[in-house]
Amino acid sequence: MSAATDTSEAKAGLNKAWVWIPLLLFIGFATLAAFMLTQPKNEFVTSKMVGKPLPEFDLRPAAQDRPGVSIANFRDGKPKLLNVWASWCLPCIAEAPQLEELRDSGAEIIGIAIRDRPADVAGFLARHGNPYTRIGADDLSEVQLEIGSSGVPETFVIDGQGVIRHQHIGDIRAEHVPMLLEKLQEAK
Amino acid sequence: MKRLIALVLATLLAGPVLSQSAVPPAPYAYTQLADPAQEAEAAALMLTLRCLKCQSQSIADSDAPMAGDMRHQVRVRIERGESPEAIRTWLVERYGDYVSYEPKVSATTWPLFAIPLLLFAVAALVLLRRLGANRSDSEAETGS
Amino acid sequence: MFAEIGHAALWLAAALAILQMVSGALALRAAEGEASPYALYARPAAVVQAFLAAIAFLTLLHAFAVTDLSVKLVATNSHSMKPLLYKLTGTWGNHEGSMLLWVSVLALSGGLLAFAERRLPERTMSATLSVQGFVALGFYVFLLFSSNPFERLPVPAVEGIGLNPLLQDIGLAIHPPTLYIGYVGLSVAFSLAMGALITRQVNPNFAKVMRPWVLGAWVFLTFGITAGSYWAYYELGWGGWWFWDPVENASLMPWLAATALLHSVSVLAARDALRTWTIMLGVVAFSMSMLGTFLVRSGVITSVHAFAVDPERGTLLLVLLGLYVGGSLTIFALRAGSVAEGKRFTATSREGALVFNNVMLSAILAIVLLGTLYPVLTEAFDVRVSVGPPYFNPAGAIFAITMFIVMAIGPLLRWKDDSPARIQPQIAVLGAVTLLVIALVVFLGDYPVLPVLGLALAATLGLAALMPLKGRKLTRVPTATWGMVAAHFGVAVALFGMACEGAFTQERLAAVGPGGVEQIGDWKVQLESVDPVSGPNWTAIEARLAVSRDGGEPVTLNPQARNFWAPAQATSESALLTTWDGQLYAVIGDAAGIGPDGQQRWQLRVWWKPFVTFIWYGGLLIAFGGVLSIIGRLQVDLRTRKASRRREEQREDQAAIARDEQAAGGATPEPAE
Repeated sequence: MSAATDTSEAKAGLNKAWVWIPLLLFIGFATLAAFMLTQPKNEFVTSKMVGKPLPEFDLRPAAQDRPGVSIANFRDGKPKLLNVWASWCLPCIAEAPQLEELRDSGAEIIGIAIRDRPADVAGFLARHGNPYTRIGADDLSEVQLEIGSSGVPETFVIDGQGVIRHQHIGDIRAEHVPMLLEKLQEAK
Repeated sequence: MKRLIALVLATLLAGPVLSQSAVPPAPYAYTQLADPAQEAEAAALMLTLRCLKCQSQSIADSDAPMAGDMRHQVRVRIERGESPEAIRTWLVERYGDYVSYEPKVSATTWPLFAIPLLLFAVAALVLLRRLGANRSDSEAETGS
Repeated sequence: MFAEIGHAALWLAAALAILQMVSGALALRAAEGEASPYALYARPAAVVQAFLAAIAFLTLLHAFAVTDLSVKLVATNSHSMKPLLYKLTGTWGNHEGSMLLWVSVLALSGGLLAFAERRLPERTMSATLSVQGFVALGFYVFLLFSSNPFERLPVPAVEGIGLNPLLQDIGLAIHPPTLYIGYVGLSVAFSLAMGALITRQVNPNFAKVMRPWVLGAWVFLTFGITAGSYWAYYELGWGGWWFWDPVENASLMPWLAATALLHSVSVLAARDALRTWTIMLGVVAFSMSMLGTFLVRSGVITSVHAFAVDPERGTLLLVLLGLYVGGSLTIFALRAGSVAEGKRFTATSREGALVFNNVMLSAILAIVLLGTLYPVLTEAFDVRVSVGPPYFNPAGAIFAITMFIVMAIGPLLRWKDDSPARIQPQIAVLGAVTLLVIALVVFLGDYPVLPVLGLALAATLGLAALMPLKGRKLTRVPTATWGMVAAHFGVAVALFGMACEGAFTQERLAAVGPGGVEQIGDWKVQLESVDPVSGPNWTAIEARLAVSRDGGEPVTLNPQARNFWAPAQATSESALLTTWDGQLYAVIGDAAGIGPDGQQRWQLRVWWKPFVTFIWYGGLLIAFGGVLSIIGRLQVDLRTRKASRRREEQREDQAAIARDEQAAGGATPEPAE
């Protein structure tokens, strides 16, 4: 008889324990939710290609007064900024002054225009300035996909051997300029 | 149609893209492959790849231009003879697990598989205890 | 002026909720058997609160109907040129308005409960109303302090911003209201469960009271989800009917809990078993409703559906969640031990099958919850993952398949104790049907595993649903049993539709010029012309498609690509052709360049989806089964009441006769009355 009472006691004990499980699960959820509410919403998809080399590519010129872009341009030993942009992208207008500032500070900026017509590119550059030494036309987002960029504008720091060292998502604000210059220095 | 969603959601996204490009869609964004078997393979793959500019859609269900470009890549590569898994790996190498809906066991996703197994074990346990025990008790019990 | 009346009504309703809560709680302090003086206030407070909440909602409705642009909500979500229907439905097409709808339904269901329910012991009723008042109070506070729908603009707007064109559809008239009645109807089940737990009244009597509330809410929830799925299907233009989007899951989780609950409460009512299960499910069902509200409105998840993305509101909702869900789960954990063990039963009995059913539904619920919350969890560690149909479908299927198998056999088992040997012939028939269908489909072609299993299980379930009717006189079968048959058969029909859609859908995507012809399945689709058209608040390009099958009479379809101007958005209006065996779904897209013949080409997308409509017919049938069950219970209830009243009268008559005999003593008997 004692064996039966032992098992029924054990069963009673287990019974008592499991009633707390739903509450514990809820507390776990509430903690997670509370934490997430304090975090800013992260909508960006970061590239996993940081630290990896640029792919082999060769893009035709997007503007009449600048040459096209190919992988060879990134292998000359000098770190550069790769700016992924488009004329139909509104934040790109906002970052135009910062790009000028970067160019004036000695950074070389190569641009890749995503899904853009030459006329629109020319119009944008006429209105907002042209900080680029070269501009490539990526009509099918091929290079954009290859480097893990998911939108415009994005700026990449490429070192002298064509390896991606840093990704900046979104438009470049005034406070980002020193940071990017520093990254360029580090990439030497 | 997804233009709408892409637009609405794009306005919620802090950074990029607030309007649409004027360049026409990629050749294979809205055209099926000639070989039905290859097209079926491509379609199956596209349903499991995530549109990066949308809130919660596969590239098969989105009209965003970038989704179209991704569909173009998928179809071109399938036509070239690449396997769907190779294409998926190519995208995951660039965007991480976020771009793929296909559940893969990895350091970041193992709970998704462990927990259903755990649930299965718990369910079996609950059922055995509740139903198995009763068979022997029901004779002894007079009902309470 | 109306907005102020509505606002004031809301404040008064909140005050009454406090009264209801306090009165109900104080009534519990009275000793057992004694009537508490405080108990008097709870019922009237609930009823008046319901009226006030209704008034508040009607005033908001009025503001939208006349496009009162001095109300901020109307200015940001409506437009004077919208058709009246969409002005009205736009009332709940935004965060504040839908929250007011939520709160109104909460108050109305509480009022109905207080007004109509007399079968519970008074103490339990007091506890129930107190909990209901407590829940309502939290949501009133949320509404009044962080989501006031009646906020005025200092200067009335010149024109409204307009309603999202996706929402300018009849679906908005049907989907949210039915869904909310479902979600919030579960609050009554929640309050009843808590009331019974607190006053230790978990018994068949309480279950009989709770059952119609659960059934009613569940019917509306089933209908709301079915309507939402169909709306998304034809509105969004990608031909899908479920994407495991977090907001869709937020509606599915309460439904899963409510389905388990309605089975559980029936067992408790009929057999006095599954007591703890019933209480827990009663708590979980409404908790899932509240969790869904939180997920959708806090910005914690990414979804096409998400409402206002506001962390501040999210925090307030999380506090409410902590209070109600945390509080109820704590009381459950503390008191569950005191719930006496119900009647025993064996594994192979109907109760046993229903325990299995409960466990499986809970497991599916847990998986949906896990998949929905997992991306949030990883995001806390700065990792982003995507969980979608490729995960949910197989993971849910593992438990769903075993559940369907037991669902086929369960209704055939007897209560308390049964042996499988007794129903061996039926099991054999069902097993044979399953294997036969699998063999047939595998023979016919190469189809994915899940749809094949779905087809087999649909056939088996359909047959099994009808089996309880075998050998019975159909006119004598109780209505409630017809309800079970209809609902289970509805599941089979819906499963059939889902499996067919998954296995047999064909898609054709092409750039077509006028006169061009595309072939899809048996159908020939010819693009006749593409013309510009306009509507009250939109312009569009409309395609004229001549669609014919096997050389039959051509039918004209007119899909459109629309551009609205307030707000500026583009939508796709799909064109559907429904036949008995499926739907042809056509969408016209962007211009696709100039063809070799010099004519403009257009992106045309056509799907042929065999039997896809059965998904929603099945859903409607399930809801109808629930309605039959409610009617059946009401019939039984009325009959029992009539019978007990007659017995009561008989007893009174006999007592009167006995009194008269005594009065007359031994004298000559009185003439018969």
